[in-house]
Amino acid sequence: MKRQIPLALVFIFGWLMLALYFIPLEGAQKVNENMLDWTSIIGIFALALGIWSLITVNLDRIKHKKRDWQYSFITLFGLFGMIIFGLKFGGENSMFQGQESYMFRHFFNDILIPIYSTMFSLLAFFIASAAYRAFRARSALASILLIGAIIVMIRFFPFVAEYTRPVADWILNVPNLAAKRAIWMGVGLGIVATGLKVILGIERAYMGRD
Amino acid sequence: MNPVMELGDYLWMTFAAFLTLATFSFLYKDNPLYKIAEHLVVGVSAGYFVIILYYGSLKTQLVEKLYDGQMVYLIPLILGVLMWTRFSKKLAWVSRYPIAIYIGIATGLAIPLEMQTKVTEQLQAMMVELHWGNLFDGGLLNYTNSFASLIIIIGSLAALIYFYFSKEHKGWFGGVATVGIWTLMLGFGASFGFTVMARISLLINRVQFLDQWRITSVGSAHQEGSGSYTAVYILILVGIFGLLAFDLIRTKGKTDTDLT
Repeated sequence: MKRQIPLALVFIFGWLMLALYFIPLEGAQKVNENMLDWTSIIGIFALALGIWSLITVNLDRIKHKKRDWQYSFITLFGLFGMIIFGLKFGGENSMFQGQESYMFRHFFNDILIPIYSTMFSLLAFFIASAAYRAFRARSALASILLIGAIIVMIRFFPFVAEYTRPVADWILNVPNLAAKRAIWMGVGLGIVATGLKVILGIERAYMGRD
Repeated sequence: MNPVMELGDYLWMTFAAFLTLATFSFLYKDNPLYKIAEHLVVGVSAGYFVIILYYGSLKTQLVEKLYDGQMVYLIPLILGVLMWTRFSKKLAWVSRYPIAIYIGIATGLAIPLEMQTKVTEQLQAMMVELHWGNLFDGGLLNYTNSFASLIIIIGSLAALIYFYFSKEHKGWFGGVATVGIWTLMLGFGASFGFTVMARISLLINRVQFLDQWRITSVGSAHQEGSGSYTAVYILILVGIFGLLAFDLIRTKGKTDTDLT
């Protein structure tokens, strides 16, 4: 009951979706679309679990005054602020105009975007220090890595771009594509193998422990 | 951007600049300013996804369809609600049912799609006609000629052979595998360089934004009417660097445990 039925469900739905892919009938495609909707809906209910967990973890930190508990107020403020200002109700003159509302747009444009893009831009500094350690040309392979990276990087450097761009473009479109293609094929075959293991009940990690 | 802006918009811009500087302060070390930005982005991101998924998916894919009388959608609704049995230790096992259905559907969908996009189409793209008599058409560095196609075919196959571990990498097989790892390393280097430059672009964008904020606040000789908010600009900068200096003095010589 606790394990056998879930295994059977994975098997049935897995093979059903596989079969539907190869049936070019309108009815089959309709079922396929419905199933996709089902996964979205289940996923959204799972998100609610995550949000609930976020709220309880932060309330618990505040209640027990755990380390850095003051910051939990900021998290909860951000969460509820975004949800409240993102809701749409109260007619045309209401301040709650959903994603079109003034506050929701500013929360997105002036909180989310600046922090995200700055966090990613910070990686420029960390990636540079990681590169220093990784790229020291201690072997032929490390040297190839170094040369590939440098050529591609100076492709954007205005003073030499004219000369380096053809070489950089060739590296990006030829050896880089060859490497990516091999990796994609490996990943694709890996996904298919893992998928079959899941459908056949060999891989059961998703069920967790009893 | 118009340098003369409404106070409300300017305050939002200032808040964005404050958050940008607060996030950059991580370069010094983990500090209260960074923690403010970090905790804020966690909450706001979660809230953003709640709204996007509600209006973008739940409303259109479930609520409206149920209102239209498509009662088959009661099934995913029930399955979704069953996910919440995880809140109960006794009933948590029930949540395996919707998880199993989700995994079954997702896996069944992924197998043919991944096989098609990552394997079949990649193999198909490699099956190009090679013009042996005109191998270097357009020059050595032309990445659309037959020489480039040949390198892609040899490189891809050699890299695949490098990942084949059921046979020892010795003799001709080892030689091909070496070509494979060389191709992979050149590809990794190129990808790394490209990623670094993407990050640098973002960095430039943030610096340009801070400069725009400075122009709007302090003013520029080239932009008429700007410079109404110098006091706010100075206050924010003094505040941020003051707080960082205070944090430096407060935490000097102290361990994490001391600060708890």
